[in-house]
Amino acid sequence: MRFLLNLSFRYKVPLWGSLLIVGTALIISSTLLLRSYGELKSDLLRDATTQGRTMATTLFSAVLHDQVWRAYEIIKAPFSRESGDGPGQVESLVVLDQKGQIYVSTNPERLPMLADFARLSPEFASLAGIISQTGRETRVLEPEGSDHLFVATPIREEQAHLGTLVQIYSKKVLRSRFLKSAGQAALIAALVIVLLLPIGWYWGQRTAVPLLRLTERMEELGRRLPDDLAPELYDYQDELGRLYRAYNRTLHQLREKAQIEGQMIHSERLAAIGKLTAGIAHEVNNPLVGMLTALDTLRHHDELSPRTLKTLTLLDRGLMQIKDTVGALLVEAKVKSRDLLSQDVEDVRTLIEPQARERGVSLRWENQVQAPLSLPSSSVRQMLINLLLNAVQASARGGEISATITADDAVLSMVVVNGGQILTDKQIAHLFEPFANADERGHGLGLWVCYQIARQLGGNIEVESESRDGAGRTAFKVTIPFGAPA
Amino acid sequence: MKLTRRTFLGACAALAVTPPRPAFPATVLRVGMTPAFLHTQHGLLAKWREYMEAKLKRPIEIVQRDSYRETMDLLQLEQLDFAWICSYPYVYLRQQLRLVAVPLYLSRPFYRAYLIVSLKNRHIKDLSQLRGKVFAYADPYSLTGHLVPRYQLRQMGEDPEKFFSKTFFTYSHRNLIEAVADGLAYGASVDGYVWDSLNALKPEIVGRTFPVSASREFGFPPIVARLGVAEADFVAVQNMFIGMRQDQQGNSLLQDLNLNGFLHGLPSLYDEVDEMMRAFGEG
Repeated sequence: MRFLLNLSFRYKVPLWGSLLIVGTALIISSTLLLRSYGELKSDLLRDATTQGRTMATTLFSAVLHDQVWRAYEIIKAPFSRESGDGPGQVESLVVLDQKGQIYVSTNPERLPMLADFARLSPEFASLAGIISQTGRETRVLEPEGSDHLFVATPIREEQAHLGTLVQIYSKKVLRSRFLKSAGQAALIAALVIVLLLPIGWYWGQRTAVPLLRLTERMEELGRRLPDDLAPELYDYQDELGRLYRAYNRTLHQLREKAQIEGQMIHSERLAAIGKLTAGIAHEVNNPLVGMLTALDTLRHHDELSPRTLKTLTLLDRGLMQIKDTVGALLVEAKVKSRDLLSQDVEDVRTLIEPQARERGVSLRWENQVQAPLSLPSSSVRQMLINLLLNAVQASARGGEISATITADDAVLSMVVVNGGQILTDKQIAHLFEPFANADERGHGLGLWVCYQIARQLGGNIEVESESRDGAGRTAFKVTIPFGAPA
Repeated sequence: MKLTRRTFLGACAALAVTPPRPAFPATVLRVGMTPAFLHTQHGLLAKWREYMEAKLKRPIEIVQRDSYRETMDLLQLEQLDFAWICSYPYVYLRQQLRLVAVPLYLSRPFYRAYLIVSLKNRHIKDLSQLRGKVFAYADPYSLTGHLVPRYQLRQMGEDPEKFFSKTFFTYSHRNLIEAVADGLAYGASVDGYVWDSLNALKPEIVGRTFPVSASREFGFPPIVARLGVAEADFVAVQNMFIGMRQDQQGNSLLQDLNLNGFLHGLPSLYDEVDEMMRAFGEG
């Protein structure tokens, strides 16, 4: 039993369905059969009683006038060929006289004229007493253990009792008829089962298979985030359909959560890097300023040998390079600067256009900034320049870049799109880290600077890089909230 | 098809009214038919009527009755002009009837009575072995089916009323054969002509009976006329019967009845019947 209950739904549902179908078919057919047997018997007895009464009436005058042949013809009538041998077919008809002797019978060989009915068989002997009673009613006699049913009708008119008509029915006929209909019922039940079983099996599979898919995915949940369940696998509104949708909803939530966690980790890392970088830059910057000042003071002494002077110049160049790098790392977005004007944005365009032309890249420009925005203009300009320079560099010759700068709902939005090679997932993961994109063209601090500025101004920078219709599209979008213009 | 007496009577009634007839000026001739084996052959009776009407050029009414006695009564009451009756009723009413013609069976005007038993009792050799059995008679006025066996018993020194445990009448030889075949009666004495003819037509019934012995010959059941029939009608009808052999239609009718023809018979042909009747104080 346990084994059955442990079976997969793939087998269990069709199996239970089949069991139900078979069970129902059996119960219905056996109930109908039992009823039909009862009806068969009561029909037989009703017909027998009617036939007996009719016959007894016509037999009266034949017996009264001792017309044996006529009596014989009367009782022989049900045996004519037309009546066939249905369940109502009587086995024998016997007319008994008042003494219980056979007056005439349809089976003279076995039930000959004048024979004492009671002596012909023990079965008849047990009935003789009841049959000879001169009642008025037709009686149905069913001796225990007998294979026959007896219907006895008195042959009488008024007070004259001439004898009894006994109709003898074989139960075998009833039984064989019953078995025949049982056979038919079994056949029909088998047909029904044959028809319904595949339907039941199919239906079971339809229910079980989506359930199996769901189970497989739920089991995967612990290890990794599984795929969505295709809605067309089970597109109905019942509990299973709801379970599907609930599963997909949960999955989406889990994915979102995982994504948020990833972003948090990412931005935390960037923040940590930023802090570290800024710390180091400050630590380096302070002695650096001192060293440069000392170097400058030293260079202004006259008694320096040319060799010392050459060394000093070398030191100065090295220190200046360190200062540049440190300066780039020390992003101070909130340095006091005037508000951003539309003209500041247009200046960036003027700066970039020659470089774009040089590389054969066209620039689509849309500047919707009108009123001054209370954002530090130099920082915003630096971001826009960095993004545009990157875009120009990423574009192939003959490519196009676009810049869309809008200011709505107290948010400045700058979107820079290029059609160059798209970024890999790995590139995107480290995109805003310092030196991550260092190559022959630069130290890769541009995006890091943009990120730092955007974060410091309470904004955000996002990247989308995707391949669409064979062409790459990489978009950087910076959003920065601004207060009322100062 | 097996007919009960009831349906048969219904059929007779139908016969009387059904076919449209040519409008003959003359009066109707009424002809009684004995319930021989043709009892149930209505098609045959209709052919007979058509034949007679064509030959005699006047309407014919065929009258059938269940028992011989009824046909005899109708003759006596002058409700029949002609009749085909058993030899016994003929002798019984000899004084009131004229012999018209006698059929030829196997080319002779004679027939016999057969003592029959069921096929499984064919060990029976003669009538004496049927003591205490159930015996079936055809009709009280049947020669072969009643008078002959009783006469034979009388000859054996037995009392026909006590010899059998039970007797009953079936009112036709055909039924008689069926009663024996079914085992209802142990034995019966049956018209040999009917048994032979039916044996060819209905072997499934007749074949279940066995002829134990045949009686001596008796004059074949004749065609008779009541005394009052006009001479011209008498001669016309007699000529028609005698001449049946000469035409094709008549021959076909005779063939259906398993007969060879008709001849002018002499009443002396039935003297032996008269003799037997006298033994029972009749005639």
